[in-house]
Amino acid sequence: MGRIKQRRHYEERYRGNFFTTNLNALIGWGRRYSLFHYPFITACCGMEYMSAACGHWDFDRFGVGMTTFSPRQADMLFVVGTITQKEAPVLKTVYDQLVEPKWVIACGACAVSGGIYDNYAVVQGIDKIIPVDVYIPGCPPRPETILDAIDKLQDKIQHQKQDWRWKPKS
Amino acid sequence: METKKLTDDLKLNFENKIVEVTEQFGDDIIVINKDALLGIARFLKEKPYDFAMLLDLTCVDYQGRDPRFEMVYHFFSLSQNKRLRIKVPLSESKLTISSLTPLWKNANWLEREVYDMFGVHFEGHPDLRRLFMYDEFEGYPLRKDYPLRKRQPIFHMRNEE
Repeated sequence: MGRIKQRRHYEERYRGNFFTTNLNALIGWGRRYSLFHYPFITACCGMEYMSAACGHWDFDRFGVGMTTFSPRQADMLFVVGTITQKEAPVLKTVYDQLVEPKWVIACGACAVSGGIYDNYAVVQGIDKIIPVDVYIPGCPPRPETILDAIDKLQDKIQHQKQDWRWKPKS
Repeated sequence: METKKLTDDLKLNFENKIVEVTEQFGDDIIVINKDALLGIARFLKEKPYDFAMLLDLTCVDYQGRDPRFEMVYHFFSLSQNKRLRIKVPLSESKLTISSLTPLWKNANWLEREVYDMFGVHFEGHPDLRRLFMYDEFEGYPLRKDYPLRKRQPIFHMRNEE
């Protein structure tokens, strides 16, 4: 009996009592709804982040509820605001301390590209320092945009090739 | 009345140190020589003028002019409700001026900022280090001859081979 046929056979026989999936999708499903995020907030976009995180828009609804203030307990980094050259090593250190697997959201024009600050002091986009998964435009972005970014990141997490500790190396 | 009295008194006490006295929007602007700064500041801080508050202290770069830089001090007298601006021209070759930290404690960080951005050295400052920029930064970013596109990242950036 082929694999698909066998699966159909069991699904017919035990309908409603179990479901079949693959491990990659299961782990993705688990990870997308249990993001612990570390808010790296440096500027005015933080206000929008706060309203998105708290009562009004409340992204806890989507499983991003846990805000941790230690990068060692977080797997998603929310970079909100202007990053200066002086602060760049700090951001790099925080990123390095995040637990694997990790994702980064750049929130606001300054974090994405330096924004209006094209000068001696400001890093022109945090992707010059760390890899970024989702970019949120806007100066500042509306909370709906932040929710949309979280939705997109969760889609990405669901569909990416998952890695885990005991996974056989190919 | 009070305005006249202050400028007259200053001219009387520091006659050859005062370069120019003007007035704008009801506030006095006094241009002085830099060696008289500490004396004049002490004179202003004491009674009866009582400029107890150093509001701000900054520098202007007039590139192309002979005394290229100009220090600008803003004082405020709480008892008289009066503001006063003092300007001190500084030539580029000798960019030092006496610090106001013995008189106003908040001059500490303000002078550090001016040192950071313009490279003015303050004699008698207890801790003259950069305030905003990092120690590895070379040059003074708010000078007019600092290149507009010059970047000095601390470490090697991604995507830039």
